[in-house]
Amino acid sequence: MSDQAQSDPRRSDAQSSAAVAFPADLKFIPIMDNTSGGQALVRSRRGAEGPWRTAWRKLKADRAAIIAFGVLVLITAACLAAPLYARHVARTDPFATNLNGEIVINGETRQVLEPSTEGLGLGFTPLGPTWDFGPYMLGADNQGRDVAARLLYGGRNSLLIAGAAAAICLGLATLLGVVSGFFGGLVDTLLSRILDVLWAFPIFLLAISLSIVLITQSITIGPIEIRSGSLWLPTFIIGIVYVPYVARPIRGHVLSLMQAEFVTAAIGIGASPWRILLYDILPNVITRVIVFVPLILALNMMTESSLSFLSIGVQPPDASWGTIIQDGQGLLYSRPIVALGPGLAIVICVLALNILGDGVRDALDPKSSIRVA
Amino acid sequence: MRSRKVFSAMMAGVGLAGLMLMAPITGAAAQEGKVGGTLKLLANAAAGTIDPHINYTLQYFQINYILYDGLVTFRKTGDKTGFEVVADLAESLPKPEDGGKKYVFKLRKGIKFADGSDLTTADVVASFQRMFKISGPTTGTLYNGIVGADKCLKTPATCTLEGGVVADEAASTVTFNLVTPDPDFLQKISIPHAAILPTQAPLKDSGTVPIPGTGPYMIASYDPNSLLKMVRNPHFKEWSKEAQPAGYPDEIDYGFGLTDEAAVTAVENGQADWMFDPPPADRLAELGTKYAKQVSVHPLTAMWYAPMNTNLAPFNDIRVRQAVNYAIDRAAIVKLFGGSNLAQPSCQILPPNFPSYAPYCPFSANPGEKWSAPDLEKAKALIAASGTAGQEVTIITEDTEVSKSIGVYLQDVLNGLGYKTSVKPISQNIQFTYIQNTNNKVQISISQWFQDYPAPSDFLQVLFSCASFTPGSDASVNISGFCDKSIDQKMSEAQTGMIADPAKGAQLWTAVDKAVTDAAPVAVLFTPKRVDLISPRLKNFVFSPQFYWIMSQSWVE
Repeated sequence: MSDQAQSDPRRSDAQSSAAVAFPADLKFIPIMDNTSGGQALVRSRRGAEGPWRTAWRKLKADRAAIIAFGVLVLITAACLAAPLYARHVARTDPFATNLNGEIVINGETRQVLEPSTEGLGLGFTPLGPTWDFGPYMLGADNQGRDVAARLLYGGRNSLLIAGAAAAICLGLATLLGVVSGFFGGLVDTLLSRILDVLWAFPIFLLAISLSIVLITQSITIGPIEIRSGSLWLPTFIIGIVYVPYVARPIRGHVLSLMQAEFVTAAIGIGASPWRILLYDILPNVITRVIVFVPLILALNMMTESSLSFLSIGVQPPDASWGTIIQDGQGLLYSRPIVALGPGLAIVICVLALNILGDGVRDALDPKSSIRVA
Repeated sequence: MRSRKVFSAMMAGVGLAGLMLMAPITGAAAQEGKVGGTLKLLANAAAGTIDPHINYTLQYFQINYILYDGLVTFRKTGDKTGFEVVADLAESLPKPEDGGKKYVFKLRKGIKFADGSDLTTADVVASFQRMFKISGPTTGTLYNGIVGADKCLKTPATCTLEGGVVADEAASTVTFNLVTPDPDFLQKISIPHAAILPTQAPLKDSGTVPIPGTGPYMIASYDPNSLLKMVRNPHFKEWSKEAQPAGYPDEIDYGFGLTDEAAVTAVENGQADWMFDPPPADRLAELGTKYAKQVSVHPLTAMWYAPMNTNLAPFNDIRVRQAVNYAIDRAAIVKLFGGSNLAQPSCQILPPNFPSYAPYCPFSANPGEKWSAPDLEKAKALIAASGTAGQEVTIITEDTEVSKSIGVYLQDVLNGLGYKTSVKPISQNIQFTYIQNTNNKVQISISQWFQDYPAPSDFLQVLFSCASFTPGSDASVNISGFCDKSIDQKMSEAQTGMIADPAKGAQLWTAVDKAVTDAAPVAVLFTPKRVDLISPRLKNFVFSPQFYWIMSQSWVE
């Protein structure tokens, strides 16, 4: 649906008087009309769905988006169950090294790190996948830790950081974009230049620079202290770097809304700026912000993985899919599953988020062609 | 020195018969080789400046030994005599005079630099002045005993070493005067930092611009991003086979940029002849079986260790440092390095087969000569007594796979002792200098030390004397900041004893080793071995305990 059609005409002074975008097939019939046509229209209007319901109907009809959503729900649920898996299935602490550990497989006792006994007897190879729903289902890493359990714990952190960073990013971007576009003038100029400066940095370069500087020290913002090694540090950094990429389109959207007839009408009838902002602008902006959610989530997930892979994101003993890929980098020949597992998880999540993002966009904002970065 | 950052020489006069036990391709008997061809070497990355007075890396020490010469050097052989000092640019080894405080070297005649200029006594004096003028990394530790060195260290730009290094052009001699007798002096000037360069060598880090040397090869070009090319020195004539033998290959190409994995594959396939970096852990099993004939394993006189800052909590408490030593499962850490065929657990500072080495391990479930198992109960009791549990500790590691793995393991150990521990991997290009500088407030780190020269002072005095600790400096190899006046006094006595009575001096060094080990400024983890992977076409792989692979003595078919 169009942006303008989403504003609720019952709440808007402007639309109630002048700026309603009427459907083309709507007939104007006197309210007291008792003809069959009139009664039919009343029934029709009572049963007419709102914009959100329409969007939901469209989304439900998009099978790919629904499947993607289902996949994401499954992965999230599995990751949330990580402690249960570690305690009751893997029966191991996925954060503790287990270099001297042993395990019985099919009645045979095997070392978690198996020494090479042939030739010159060089090196150790971590236990490979057992493919049984139990300890070391996906094998061990070079510290003798259960890969499957770490994969789930890592997913929790990756999803948590991606989600929290998306909330920070979208919240800040919406605030800046709306304020900048709505108030204009000096405020707009100032905020736009700040966003321009941030925009001027390549995203990863900015994220890496911030991480390198901040990763070894705490950050104090008023009463909030983010300690070194905290998950909030990469969350905060990732949340910041994408703000311009969301704030600028939102600002542009607000500027175009300000030119819409229903806003002009609201101004004409003397509606206060805050009323216009709350009832005419924000409802139209929210849909666009929602379209951004899955896209930013996907980007955050990739950024977090990249930073963690470079040792400047999630810090040990915590794990994320990025850190597990890094752990697996040294085992690509002997135990590729350690790197491939989280890599595959990232691919699936990002793919699902993008498909879902397309579906949400088609449902809420079909005219938009939003692309981030 | 450290592996990439700092090479270490190997020890002298020690029984190294066991060194070659696992070396199917090593120590080939001298034979007629094939002259010509190009030797292709690989390294993950270049090692920085090619200035021989500045670069302090194993990677470039290894090539500097065939590019440059000193007055003396270590014998270029693949057996235990490789630790012996022999005359190089000097005609013969000088006998110490004036109670060990004076050495007179007579230069050989007819030696030219790669640019065609003649080697003179003025070059020798200028080279030692240059070491100080450019603030060479070992001037304060290895060469500070030369008369006039103290002034040079204070004001490098005006360094003359007056009275310390004196040339007699007519007699073609150079006299070195020392402040105090130094039994290791000849060994100290055998490393590339004491290479003799032309008087015209720039009085600054030469960076990527090669300085002419006297060795059989010279650098034709150097691009740290891709290639270091060495070709024959047209002015080289072999004057001493044991000091600087002529080389076999016409050209040596040192390529940079391939990952370790790719380098292993390249050498396996014969696309390259050797790789500097240790093969990645997940290729070791493959190399040890499928490519065993191309693999050479040699024990090193080196150690991997965890320096603990004796001036920062919680490691300013000796009980905490000892607790860490008790708690570490060294056998587990050996696994992270590749297993017992590649490393041996160790508790003490001096490595096995090193002068003055006597097996000693107080930090074991069964204290004695060898480490047997961790003693967690004792460790926890010490921590409880120290009252430091709950404090935050940060471990600084290199960003290499092994270093990080050991850091993560150590984090587990420290968490088990009650600390809140984090691990910070730092690029291996800067980690070594970072952990040395007290301004960075590093509590504990993972590091390595490889010998520069084969004497106990290179481990004990260089790493743990008060003089080696320079607060606020990137060049303070006493990473722990350990300074014990009584142990310092024992080191001086041992050093003096080595001149008066070498046997007694050696015993004193053994006592110092035990004293430093007991004080636990570091947790020694293990003694590593070196794995060399070579191509099938490379012949006569000679591994010197001092130089490691002597690349000039190999040929390609």
